[in-house]
Amino acid sequence: MTPDALMAAWLERQLPPEAADWVLTQRERLRAGVSERDFNLAVSWTPRRLGKADLALGPDDLAAAGAARRGWDPRGWTVDQAGRLVLLLADGLDGPAFAARLRSLLATADLSETITFLRGLPLYPDPASHLMRAREGARSGMRPIFEAVAHANPYPAEMFDEAGWNQLVLKALFIETTLAPIQDLDRRANPTLMRMLCNYAHERWAAGRPVSPELWRCVGPFADGAAREDLARVLRTGGDAERAAALAAMDAAPARAAAE
Amino acid sequence: MYIDTHTHMISRTTDDYELMAKAGIVACIEPAFWLGQPRTNVGSYIDYLSTIVGWERFRAGQFGLRHYCTVGLNSKEANNEELAEAVMEILPRFALKEGVVAIGEIGYDEQTELEDRYFRQQLELARELGMPVMVHTPHRDKKRGTTRSMDVVEEHGIDPSWVVIDHNNEETAREVLERGFWAGFSIYPGTKMGNERMVEIVRRYGPERILVDSACDWGVSDPLAVPKTAELLRRGGIGDNAIRAVTYGNALAAYGRNGQMQEADWLDPAPIDQRTLYMGNSVLRGGQAPRVDELRRRGPGDLVIE
Repeated sequence: MTPDALMAAWLERQLPPEAADWVLTQRERLRAGVSERDFNLAVSWTPRRLGKADLALGPDDLAAAGAARRGWDPRGWTVDQAGRLVLLLADGLDGPAFAARLRSLLATADLSETITFLRGLPLYPDPASHLMRAREGARSGMRPIFEAVAHANPYPAEMFDEAGWNQLVLKALFIETTLAPIQDLDRRANPTLMRMLCNYAHERWAAGRPVSPELWRCVGPFADGAAREDLARVLRTGGDAERAAALAAMDAAPARAAAE
Repeated sequence: MYIDTHTHMISRTTDDYELMAKAGIVACIEPAFWLGQPRTNVGSYIDYLSTIVGWERFRAGQFGLRHYCTVGLNSKEANNEELAEAVMEILPRFALKEGVVAIGEIGYDEQTELEDRYFRQQLELARELGMPVMVHTPHRDKKRGTTRSMDVVEEHGIDPSWVVIDHNNEETAREVLERGFWAGFSIYPGTKMGNERMVEIVRRYGPERILVDSACDWGVSDPLAVPKTAELLRRGGIGDNAIRAVTYGNALAAYGRNGQMQEADWLDPAPIDQRTLYMGNSVLRGGQAPRVDELRRRGPGDLVIE
């Protein structure tokens, strides 16, 4: 099943009949073609018709999601988010027209809509044409908006170039969110990022501020002499979590070297 | 708990948010207005409306305040026809955003023909979308402008109980209340209302359909006007129920009509909001008295900045 068909099925299963009817009827209407104004109103009305409950998904649903689109992870999504994406994808628009629609929706989006449309990035046609939207989300100082791009989303690892990727990882640390939910974090590690992260750790140390243990995960595989000194410093002075992270990073360093 | 129904928070600092949360303000409404100077194109209008439905709402949430807004073309900028036409085109896209509680603040400034045209068009939009209306009454020729605003609302067949007439004073209060509209009073130093006068208004008319707000903005104004007025009302011997009505309950009734502002938003926030958009650590659940974490103040004597 395609992602939008899966989401429609989840909504039909979970929502009260009249809410499910509403979203499925709207989907048919949009498929048949409506004005831009009516399209926008339908997207606007969605949370008022469906509510904002968490989407109830079991292991089979998550497996189906991963099969429909590699890396798609709808855990933590809500019914209005799924509903809005069903409507956004309803008429099968693609190419520049879809990109223009997405751009226009984001230009006037409220917070929930912004989060929704960014979470939907892996489900859209012509992924490369939405790169600017994704990078804008990853520049946001609003943590939930940043996380909509960065966390549980295959899009950045697939589409961001190295500079964009490195900024994403550094920004995650900067706004004090976690790195663990970033997909393909290890695969996209690189020497430039390693250097940026070590410099950032030095800044934090100089300011007397804590350094996230997660930082060392992207340092280990490319740790040079200076980075090894940083890791040694963490082993001497860090707390339990930091020392564990530094040890893991040191373990990663030779393994990577041997592989190469 | 207090609700301030008229705040231009985009002009205020984080110190203000901290003080407001500490004083027990749980929610504030940001009416769309001008920026102290006229906008020159619709693009800056779009970004402004996007800011008040987005960034400012997020910012308020970080301090435990729920932030709502109204959207509309204000009376001053209604006089720029080219801009006004473009704004009327994009307004429907913002009217149904999350947390938009009314069309406003709209009405008259100089009571020109263009102001009248766009006031009426926006009343029709509010009616079409089932939204309350916040009416800004003019500072000059106020009494006549206030009467005219209510005449026009009635002409468009809108129930007065869906309309707040704001910035009232002793001269306008009686007519607004007698005609069944909500009457907002902006406690704003030097102009609009003073809060000692407000005590007299509540004593005279009772609490029904009266709302106290601060209208705090970029000018000399006070984001604590609502809690301060509540305290003056208390000292003036006004009963607790009446104080609660004019500083909280009436606000909820007047601006809760389209379902975008509900008590549960701060007493029992949706799980998704708690995870993402609302750091609601200032209010206990279940309607108990608000507990505000002591915030470390940054006074002139606190020299250390970490």
